[in-house]
Parts: sequence; C-alpha cells; structure tokens
Amino acid sequence: MPSDPLVARHVLEFPGGYTRTTGPVIGRFLTELRARRLVGVRTAEGRVLVPPLEYDPATGDPVTGEYVEVGPAGTVTASAWVREPRAAHPLDRPFAWALIRLDGADTALVHAVDAGDPRAVPPGTRVWPVWKDAPTGQITDIAYFAPEVTKIVSPVRAEYRLRAGGALRVFLEGVARGVFLGGRCARCDQVYVPYRTSCPECGGRIGEPVELPGTGVITTFAINNLPDPRAPEVPFVSAYVLLDGADIPMIALIGDVPAHEVRQGMRVRAVWVPEEERTPSMANVRWFAPTGEPDMELS
Amino acid sequence: MNRCAVIGVGQTRYTTKRRDVSIAGLVREAALRALEDAGLTFKDIDAVVVGKAPDLFEGVMMPESYLADALGAAGKPVTRVHTAGSVGGSTALVGASLIQGGVHDRVLVVAFEKQSESNATWALSTHLPFSASLVVGAGGYFAPHIREYMRRSGAPAHIGTLVAVKDRLNALKNPYAHLRIPGIDQAMVESTPMLWEPIRYLETCPSSDGACALVLASEDKVTGTPAWVHGAAMRSEPIFRAGRDTVSPQAGKDCAADVYRQAGVCDPRRDIDVAEVYVPFSWYEPMWLENLGFAAEGEGWKLTESGATALDGDIPWNASGGVLSSNPIGASGLIRFAEAALQVRGMAGEHQVDGARLALGHAYGGGAQFFAMWIVGRERP
Repeated sequence: MPSDPLVARHVLEFPGGYTRTTGPVIGRFLTELRARRLVGVRTAEGRVLVPPLEYDPATGDPVTGEYVEVGPAGTVTASAWVREPRAAHPLDRPFAWALIRLDGADTALVHAVDAGDPRAVPPGTRVWPVWKDAPTGQITDIAYFAPEVTKIVSPVRAEYRLRAGGALRVFLEGVARGVFLGGRCARCDQVYVPYRTSCPECGGRIGEPVELPGTGVITTFAINNLPDPRAPEVPFVSAYVLLDGADIPMIALIGDVPAHEVRQGMRVRAVWVPEEERTPSMANVRWFAPTGEPDMELS
Repeated sequence: MNRCAVIGVGQTRYTTKRRDVSIAGLVREAALRALEDAGLTFKDIDAVVVGKAPDLFEGVMMPESYLADALGAAGKPVTRVHTAGSVGGSTALVGASLIQGGVHDRVLVVAFEKQSESNATWALSTHLPFSASLVVGAGGYFAPHIREYMRRSGAPAHIGTLVAVKDRLNALKNPYAHLRIPGIDQAMVESTPMLWEPIRYLETCPSSDGACALVLASEDKVTGTPAWVHGAAMRSEPIFRAGRDTVSPQAGKDCAADVYRQAGVCDPRRDIDVAEVYVPFSWYEPMWLENLGFAAEGEGWKLTESGATALDGDIPWNASGGVLSSNPIGASGLIRFAEAALQVRGMAGEHQVDGARLALGHAYGGGAQFFAMWIVGRERP
C-alpha cells in the first residue's frame, strides 16, 4: 500500500495553533489555574460548576459572578482505562481518563489519573492534582491527578566492615587449605567445629585446633523447593552433617545425588572446589556427596 | 511477690495487608481495645512494654521510641523486649514482672508485626561473608528437626495434616483469625506443595499484619474480669551446643517445669484446661506435646491423632486457630498469652472451652532456643 501513488498523507494543522478568546468566566478559571488555584462559578440556582461555564446548561441563564475555590482534591465518579496512550495524551504510560468531582463542586471535570493499574481507580477514589512546573493558564497546567499518598519507600542500609578474627580466622585458614579445624573442650571433652576458643556448654577453654576429616554422616535434612542463590538447582538438600570426630553438626549442601535419595544416616564427604579457586571461605566446600559406604545407625 | 492479673485484652483483626493504618495506628487499635476491655484510659497506665520481631523485618529501628505517642507513653517508662519469635510471650512476662516486683500497678503490654511491609525471610537470611549458610527462612531451618522427630517417634506422615486442619477449623470460630479456609480438610492440605520437605504449604503459618495488647494490673488495681497469673517463666539455650536436642530442647523442658511448679501443675494434661502453644508449622504440635510433658517422649503424635487436642477434646490446643491461622510474628507469642487469658476469663466467644479454669500460654523463638510461658487461672493464686 505505501507504494500506491494514489494514497497520500494529508495533514490539517494551522501553523502555531488557533487562538481562542476565553471570555470573562473561562478566563478567570484559567487565570486562577495559572496561580495553582482551582475555582468554580456559582449558578443562579446556587450550583457550583467546575470547570466553569458562561451559561448554566440547566437554565440557559448567565452564571453569577461568584467564584468559589474548590478542591484541590476530588473524587472519581467514573473512569476509562487507556492501555496504550497516544502521542497527544497527557501521560506516556497507561492511565485513566476520569470524571473527577472536586471538593465543593457540583459537577465533574475530565482529567487524567496516573494510577498504575485500572483496579486502582474505582468510583470513590480520592485524587489530588499534580501540577506542571511552569503553569501558563491551560487545563494542562494540571499534569494529571494522582491517588492519595498511602505508602512511601524508605531505603534502609547498614554497611559493615567485617574482619574475621580469632577462632574464625583460624578456621577459615584451615578451610583455605581444604581442611576442617575443630577444637576439644578440655572440661566436657566435646569437639566443636568450626573451631572456637570457649565451650558454649560449660564455658571451658578450648585448646589448640584439631584437624577433622572431610567425612561424616547426615543426621537430618530438608528438601528445599524454594530457590537459593548458593544452590545449583531446585530442589536442593540442606543437611546437618556430623563430621567424623566432631560432636556438633554443620549445615551443608548435599550434591551428586538426587534429592529424594538422600537419607538420614548417609555417609558423605566434602567436595572441595579446585585448589586454584579456593578462598578463606566456606564457599570452598561445593557440597557434601555420598561416599557409597553403608548408612550409619542413628541413635 | 505481688499478684498480677490480666484485666484487658485487645486484638486487631489479623489479615494479609492493613493498608489503611501505619504501624502506630495498628498498635493503637489493639491498645485502645485492651484499655476499653479494662474500662481504663492511657492516663491509668504506669508503664508500657513493647515487643516485636527483629528491627530488620520492617526496617524501623527502635520502634518503641516512634510508638511512644501512639501508646500514650509520654513521660512514662517504655521498655522494648526482643527475644526473636518468642518475643510476644517475653513481652507479657516483662510486663508481669513489673507488677509482681511492685514497680508498677498497671502496665500496658503491646506487640505487633506489619508483615505486609516486613521482609522477614530476607531479614532471617542475611548471609554473612565467609559463611555459606543455606537456611532459607524459618521453614528451611525447622524442616530438618521435624524430619528427625518423625524418624525418632515413627509418627505417620499424615499427623502434620491433622493439625493443619484442626487449627484452621478452630480459626473459623475466631473473628480475629487471619486464615479462614472454608471446607478445609486433609485432602486440601495434602494437595498443597512441599516447600521445605517434610513441610507442606498449608502446614505453615501465614504472614499477617496485626497487633495484640494486654493491660496487666496489681491485685488492688483490678478492674473488670481478671485472669490471674499463676506462673511465669523464660528460658534460653545456645543454638550451637554439642548434644543439643533440637527436637525437644532442654530450655523448653526447663521452662515448662518451672511454670508448672509455680502454678502447682503436676500433670499438665489433667490439670490444664486449654493451651495456646506456639505452633508455626503443624508438626510442632506433637513435638511440643512431648516437650511440654502433655505426652511421653515419642507419644505426642498419638495424642494429636486421637483428637485430644481438638476443640472438643480433653486438652484443646490452640482453640483460637493458633499461629497456623494468624501470624503477625512479633505479636504471635502475645496472642497465645492473650488467648489463654480470654479462655479463663470466659471471654473467648465461639472458641471458648467450657469451664476453662487454668490455661497455658507458650511461645518459642530463634532456633527453638528461647522459651516463654505463663499459666493463667480464673481463681486468685
């Protein structure tokens, strides 16, 4: 079709636009609007027309000279949702054309409501004008109306500098070498891993770190069907792994086995990331994988 | 020790989103209802105790300062209590201790959570550098302990669904309850997906907006209908401790023993008429039945299965619908304590247990390491 020589575009647009003399009533409304005030005009019968008209549509009589400040808020009486705004529309995103009865007015004016969602503008919705930066005395001095403010976003941020010290540093230096370091309580003889310097049970002092093997047993576990950034897939198994020689389990990811084949009592071993990828972090342990040994009896 | 009584209870209707009120408006609603129940005003209150879950949930730091105006606390002592999920219970106990210790005569206790604006799972899973914790929210933490309970006790797999149904049926009788699921039954629960196996979707608690408030009074300042505090106890234990029993924590057993001793309870199943126990995942009912001595070790699930804990059973648990039906986290413990008081005051409405004279309120938190309990009674202790 575009190639059809008998089809042509024809635009009717008077250069610079038409002028309009407002007359005293509409002129007052637009002058007030430029000053960011909304006024209506009272009819002989006492009704307040917003936007004002020069002649009362109910009687044909001229309106009175009484101007009444209305709004700025109003109530939506009806609306139509515009899913795909056009170039000349006041908003470049989906919006509602709405009939808005400003507080103190007896009639509704038409304007745009920026509501985000058609369900957000039922009749009865309270809306407030959002003004253009530099008003000139046009209805578009009101950029659009918007629902009342009911929610704000409050950014909260705390930034810390964490330094692994003391026992944690010792443990992580072990992890960087590919070994788990624990410690035995001198008083109650329990072996804690990760390494720590005092016993949470009795407060006793824990001596030099001891190396624990990378093997152990799954005491219990969950099959997680919600994703986690550290887990390769869903479902994934998070398990309590009691390392051989330790008296307290660690929580760890289980891999190299389908989730529903994991068992309580299953023997597992740590799978470390290749040496060149290691850092002093538990991320060195990719996961624990079954060793293939027979399950252990749990008490 | 001075006697202490609950003389006012106020709750908001628990719901997914309270878009119409700020946090201040939410707590005030509960506070005014509690005061109205007691026939008092803010002027009659000596001190205010506020409880809620960690500040990182809503990101409002030191909310008790912000809430002082809403709770009529200008010029009065305001205390914040923080013991993770058990905080609602601990908040009531701190309030009661101010009366029992003779410090104050009337204390307003308020706890809340606005879960619709609370990022709880995120706040519970702040992954520190160097670690590789894999716990995704509370469900991910508690699921392995439930699995271990099932292994040890040999409980059949459907026990969790029985509690999920029972508590939601009770919720239908509680006008404040959040989850109201008409036609709730075992098949419906079983049809919902496993989130953290062995925990199904309908075996978990909802996320609720809500607040709960109590007015506590010393003996000569009692107005209205009192629920008398017969025992109050808190216990905690470290989460990382060799040999810690995560299925039936020692701190829970010790806390129960203490509160029973104070209240003269020898056999909780026989001596207590109704219990409001913190059960956020359905399997925690049989687990706590054992931990709290209502059943022998390994036998809790049989009590649940027999119907003993239903509203028409011999020891109703969570007649209100419990945490499984309403869960504004910070308030959930206080709601248990409040519902226990409502029962012995005879003011629990449609979910009233006939003739309830002695009731247990229970809350736990953290990695099942913080416990708060009270026993309230119709008669003066």
